[in-house]
Amino acid sequence: MTFTEVDQVEGEQGDFKIRLKTKPRYIIEEKCTGCSTCTEYCPVQYPDAFNQDISGNKAVHVYFSQAIPLVAYIDESCLYLKDKKCDICRGICKTGAIDFNQTVQKTDINVGAIILSYGIEPFDPGVKDEYGYGRLQNVVTSMDYERLLSSTGPYEGQVRRTSDREHPKKIAWIQCVGSRRVTEGDNSYCSGVCCTYTQKQVILTKDHYQDAECTIFHNDIRSFGKDFERYYQRAEAYDGVRFIRSYASIEKENPENNSVVIRYSTFDDGVKEEEFDMVVLSVGLNPPADSRMLADKFGIELNAHGFNKEIHSNPVKTSKPGVFVSGAFQGPTDIPESVFTASGAGSQCGELLDYRRGNLSRERIYPPETDVSQEEPRIGVFVCHCGANISSVVDVPSTVEYALTLPNVVYAKEQLFSCATNSAQEITELAKEKGLNRVVLGACSPRTLEPLFRDTLREAGLNQYYLDMANIREHCSWVHSKQKEDATKKAQDIIRMSVARAAWLEPLQEFDLPVNKTALVVGGGIGGMTCALSIAAQGHEVQLLEKEKDLGGIARRLDTTIEGMDVQKHLNDLITKVYQNPRIHVSHEATITDVSGYVGSFVTTVETEGQIKKIKHGASVLATGATEYEPEEYLYKENDAVYTHLELGEEIAKKEEKVVNAETLVMIQCVGSRDEKRNYCSRVCCSHAVKNAIKLKKINPDMNIYILFRDMRTYGLREDYYREAADMDVKFIRYEPEEKPQVEAVEEGGRSILRVTLPDPVLGYGLELDADVVSLAAAVIPSETTTKIAGQFKVTLSPDEFFKEAHVKLKPVEFAADGVFLCGTAHYPKHIQETINQAYGAAGRALTLLSHDTVVASGSVCVVNEYDCVSCGACITACTYGAIEFKETPKGKKAWVNPVLCKGDGVCNAKCPTDAIVLKHFTDEEIFGQIDAAVTDEEIRKQMDAAFEDA
Amino acid sequence: MCSGRVDLEFIFRSFAKGQDGVFIGGCKLDECNYTTHGNYDALANTYIAKRLLKHIGINPKRLRTEFMSGADGHLLAEYTDNFSGEIRELGPLGTSEGLSRGELKIKLESARKLIPYLRLVERERLRVPEKTKKAYTSFFESYETKNLFDKIVSDKLAISQILLLLKDKALSTSDIAQNLDLNPSDVSKHMNTSSRQGLIKYDTNSNCYALA
Repeated sequence: MTFTEVDQVEGEQGDFKIRLKTKPRYIIEEKCTGCSTCTEYCPVQYPDAFNQDISGNKAVHVYFSQAIPLVAYIDESCLYLKDKKCDICRGICKTGAIDFNQTVQKTDINVGAIILSYGIEPFDPGVKDEYGYGRLQNVVTSMDYERLLSSTGPYEGQVRRTSDREHPKKIAWIQCVGSRRVTEGDNSYCSGVCCTYTQKQVILTKDHYQDAECTIFHNDIRSFGKDFERYYQRAEAYDGVRFIRSYASIEKENPENNSVVIRYSTFDDGVKEEEFDMVVLSVGLNPPADSRMLADKFGIELNAHGFNKEIHSNPVKTSKPGVFVSGAFQGPTDIPESVFTASGAGSQCGELLDYRRGNLSRERIYPPETDVSQEEPRIGVFVCHCGANISSVVDVPSTVEYALTLPNVVYAKEQLFSCATNSAQEITELAKEKGLNRVVLGACSPRTLEPLFRDTLREAGLNQYYLDMANIREHCSWVHSKQKEDATKKAQDIIRMSVARAAWLEPLQEFDLPVNKTALVVGGGIGGMTCALSIAAQGHEVQLLEKEKDLGGIARRLDTTIEGMDVQKHLNDLITKVYQNPRIHVSHEATITDVSGYVGSFVTTVETEGQIKKIKHGASVLATGATEYEPEEYLYKENDAVYTHLELGEEIAKKEEKVVNAETLVMIQCVGSRDEKRNYCSRVCCSHAVKNAIKLKKINPDMNIYILFRDMRTYGLREDYYREAADMDVKFIRYEPEEKPQVEAVEEGGRSILRVTLPDPVLGYGLELDADVVSLAAAVIPSETTTKIAGQFKVTLSPDEFFKEAHVKLKPVEFAADGVFLCGTAHYPKHIQETINQAYGAAGRALTLLSHDTVVASGSVCVVNEYDCVSCGACITACTYGAIEFKETPKGKKAWVNPVLCKGDGVCNAKCPTDAIVLKHFTDEEIFGQIDAAVTDEEIRKQMDAAFEDA
Repeated sequence: MCSGRVDLEFIFRSFAKGQDGVFIGGCKLDECNYTTHGNYDALANTYIAKRLLKHIGINPKRLRTEFMSGADGHLLAEYTDNFSGEIRELGPLGTSEGLSRGELKIKLESARKLIPYLRLVERERLRVPEKTKKAYTSFFESYETKNLFDKIVSDKLAISQILLLLKDKALSTSDIAQNLDLNPSDVSKHMNTSSRQGLIKYDTNSNCYALA
């Protein structure tokens, strides 16, 4: 339900009564096909909100091109809504979807749980005059710039200045706009995403305009996410890109060219002024504008910033039972975190409502499929007008005539909207009546509507793979609106190719694979246990493997989180719950010796406490954690006053005198991280250092604490603790990687001390610190079993040897291998709350699989013709899914495709020297058919004759 | 289906069916929708196909591969306009190359016959260890690779063309050399190899070679 808000909430967990308010869109959703003809004819130009009001749109329009549902709406600028002056759209719309009589609709629904995914509001720099936004024409926000860069943006992917519509050559970004500032109107926290999105914008700008000069004025660069460090390096490596560490203020506008003058300072040159063609304000993330009101409505508590008040042991929860929160309403987050907190919220709703799972679902029954594979092809062609989308350019009736002349075509017809319910029914009926055994639709892209038309074929008792879609809209009418005659010819070409392919189509069977309802969770740390408990709470057996004698993982070594959560208490709670849960079966001292099978039916062999167990399971979750790098630098292991941050934390918890009574303590950040060997940020160490520093200062306020850092990466709400530490007089000193600090042990006045020296860029001279204790931010590295387990489950590793998820942004808890999921620090270093979030996320994804009895495998997969296979193995090396293997056959060793693992990319086909491996639905014959039909023989003869006569 | 599924055969079949240009569109490099990164295979195949086109005297510009995302409609438009312009300038296949219809047919046919062999060669000799655009470009554009490819392909291609030529009628060494624009001594060498392999036979009466 779009355009809908929650009006009232009553009731409790398991039984909420909610009143929804749906605003009128003045369009009947079921009738609108998203064809946009109304937009074309609408006379009202209005600023386009989706494009940040930079360009215009019409009063009636689809919000943006990928909108779901792809349905228009009418906004308040409409002349009819204002004073009933114009109703052109009503006359134009061929489906009668316009309805000016719509009013606000109230709907009451009854739900068991609520998930709040309110997201964020970009910071509005207009609230402060100093940013110049709204006052200076060529100052834009990063949101504005995002739209400027987009191909669906205001200038179709061209970046242009507001003042003169010219391409800017010199562009500056100012970081932390609205973030990390305690001044009125700004946010004290770090928004966490701006450093990297700015780098993305810089890279895209350089892709657009090679000679663009990009300057980024920044504070710390916070590239703490997975692969972000490399991304930062990539942005920095471009010619003409400068990263300048300086506060920057907008001074004035040059009246002659409307360029913007920025004032900044560097160590080498002092204060400077520089002119830029355009300035981008990297604005931060605010909570939703009405978050206080929302909190009242749902009865949840917020934190001081206006985000949900975190329950540290479960950040998906709110203070109100049955109300959950996902995404950036938890606090500033990036896409992967938003995605896995969403799955996590889903899983927690599942825990609550599992007893009702599936009650509302209904099964579709299709007529039995007729076997037509032995018949001659009888192709039916349906050409869609798509309202006026196709027919205003392509001559549809003559295209239908043309289709009838093509080989194997026995029937052709035009339709106003093939996707409309009655048209789809018509296709079903005509297929039966005319005895069609293949259908070609001359309409739109298969991306959106192929599933619908496949369904239409099934309704007619035909195999769904007997469908081919000829895209005469996106590939023809939309791009050739000014060349009607040629467009008609092209539409006929496309349909001819499609018909040629259709004649070769084969019926394919999708098959149902049974799903074993048990889950295997590898790793008994916080991530593994949280995930296991969530899966078990939804009625599934869980086999939990732990390589050590005891559960707990690395969290055993942590006392509290920076926010003050008692980690040991939480851990003990979890362990108790795991042991008390009758559905969770723990194997201690477990080593996996073998994994076989695939999604829905894995068999994993485990050695545990002297026994061999064979576990059958449908889903696997890898939560094997991470470990601490053992430093080889800074006298670690040589001098017992040198600790790692983890060790220091343990000593503080024990109130070890040597540590808590130290006069001076120096922490060195990035030990073993962000260097050539490990080109990534360990993400947790900056907050870890700040946490330890605050604790020490609370115990011993006189202690001198120095934190030597490269960039402080206390991202998100952790920024407040960084500030607290600074206020407690913890001294933060930056060093450059080229000039790392030096540590030497010296005796002075009968006392052993550690002398830390480093050049200080601010002071300009060397600094010497005599410390009693040195603590090192040792890198977080993958646990040693990671590589072996990756091999066993046939999953891949990232360059830094953490597990590689299926998609870094969109599939952060899944592997490319179906049925295998991941969470926790085995994915990448992360804080405890982030691990908990991700563990629930993995549980949610595993449940999506386990809650079904079967999974459906596509029919479009590869198959090997054994007779032609020469056992060269070229296909096997080409397949990254591990779907192909050798099998012994009576004819010897032959390649064999496991259809369950094959994803249908067909790369193997192009490698096979004997064409023995075939991707079904995209066979050579089908594609040759298309290639051969691309140009008619007659056309070739004509062209050739003309050319050779000339020659 | 992935752009890596675009077989060399698709490309040469298109030319053989009279297309004047072939355009391959793939997803952006390093942004694979699968896990295969098969668009790099499409890139490698493009290099191979272009080299082969050059060998048979067809302008390699008639083949073009570009990578773009679903949101890059403007790029597709730009590439298409630009490519069709280029092809229009080159004219129908063979005209700017100075190849007759008969020659074209034989040359393309001989190239197509090499495709299964080339798939093996690609696997053994032309695989780039690192999947980056830079690595692919520098490998395929290096003098060594070009040289290697030429060495691997030229003899095979010549023999393949000769055999196709002899299909129609028996010819003498000099006829063959003239027909295919080859060096007569190279042709003799190929004829020796081919007769040893039993592919052709020599007719002493007419001084001509014919298919065995």
